[in-house]
Amino acid sequence: MNYLYYPGCSLEGTAREYNISTRSFMKAAGIKLTELEEWTCCGASAAASVSPLLSSALPAINLAVAESMSQTENLLIPCSACYLNLKNVEEKARKEPGLLKRINKVLAEKNLNFKNRTKVRHLLDVMAHDIGAEKVKNLIKKDFSHLTIAPYYGCQCLRPYPVFDDPEEPVSMEPLIKATGALVHSWNMGGKCCGASHMNTKIDVGLELVYGILKAARGADAIVTVCPMCQMNLEAYQDKIELKYKENLNMTILYLPQLLCLAMGMSEDESGIESNMAVTKTFKEKMKKLPK
Amino acid sequence: MNRLQPVRIDHTVSDTLAEIKDKVCACIQCGTCTGSCPNAFAMDITPRHLWRMLLMGQKDEIFTSRTFVLCSSCYYCTLRCPRGLPLTEAMSDLKQIAAKEDMIPHRPSTRFYKCFMDSVRRHGRVREAEFISTYFLSMSATDPLLPLKYASMGIRLLQKRKLALKNPLQKMSERSLDVVFKKVEEMENQI
Repeated sequence: MNYLYYPGCSLEGTAREYNISTRSFMKAAGIKLTELEEWTCCGASAAASVSPLLSSALPAINLAVAESMSQTENLLIPCSACYLNLKNVEEKARKEPGLLKRINKVLAEKNLNFKNRTKVRHLLDVMAHDIGAEKVKNLIKKDFSHLTIAPYYGCQCLRPYPVFDDPEEPVSMEPLIKATGALVHSWNMGGKCCGASHMNTKIDVGLELVYGILKAARGADAIVTVCPMCQMNLEAYQDKIELKYKENLNMTILYLPQLLCLAMGMSEDESGIESNMAVTKTFKEKMKKLPK
Repeated sequence: MNRLQPVRIDHTVSDTLAEIKDKVCACIQCGTCTGSCPNAFAMDITPRHLWRMLLMGQKDEIFTSRTFVLCSSCYYCTLRCPRGLPLTEAMSDLKQIAAKEDMIPHRPSTRFYKCFMDSVRRHGRVREAEFISTYFLSMSATDPLLPLKYASMGIRLLQKRKLALKNPLQKMSERSLDVVFKKVEEMENQI
């Protein structure tokens, strides 16, 4: 199984550990990732707020490059915002032939042509369904049976397109978490919103949403995420939340592939965990005292 | 059997809201969107109310409210709308109008997005340090203390090697998307 790989801007910077751990995990699972040549920004949440045509053209550039690289391989995307932007164009261009024409008029400036043949896949979809928990289980070297993990999916890998999971009550992470021996934290916040870019421009609203999520995660040892924006919002504002709500809700936040890399016994360099902003002392101690 | 002809809403040519009205004209005011919205608690008017105002053409009221900028694109309303309306998209469309008309109360959001896109235009990928410094500059008249709010986060990101300090405002990269942006502007202005 090979995939074309679109890391996206976040994975070069604020989410570098997501890139590191995704690559380590895929390597261990025997999967070859071919990074898209000269990929460019998908437009993030910004393009749709500025121009509708731009918000289709920017993802389409990358889909056109993917088509030119492979006729058969799916395009793997770890960032949920990038995934949705590219998925959106895939869906819309299929339904609106006029849009495909307009996009190609723009792409001609870059000597690219978009035929809409590449299948866009989220990392979680590939991990849960193409690789699967059974295969992951065989790669696990450590026993995490003393840990409870809260699966946090966020929004954009689930909605509006329910491609690989229930868009309201997602479960696709659970078998992967259980493969490490860990328990799954029972909660109903897995598909709730982290506030996205509100943390930058309307922080009080963002803090309120993250406060609700962290509070519901109480009792878990860590939350795992599959999106750079979710990860950043959950991990980087815990001190501000404590100040505002007078409650200590400190919680370890990991990317899902990081949890699996740790369970596979990988080093800090391979899991990228030294780049995480919220790994609690208690969690570190628990990792040292594994049951076997 | 005689069937009623579907009623088309009459749009004047200058109505900037016309396309968005079309998207929500089948709204039955059930309020599922409001009940599903994680940000409704912070909104001055509810999403359900906003769609009604939109259909009534109350442009001033819509844009003095902060409801549409509080949409965080979680897509709950789009998923659950019993009429299958693209409500998240309609919120984005309103953000586009606020950005295009550079409306003062919405500048913290619209300029944030604009500076982000400017950085992408120049380099093909966003350069966070450049993007955030141009954002501070563009907001300096309204909020000169803005950089302070971001300072501690910036330092923490640097410590974690999460922020590449490439020369901000350096000349355009080879990966520049300037030609793409220009073509999009040209095509969107034709309409």
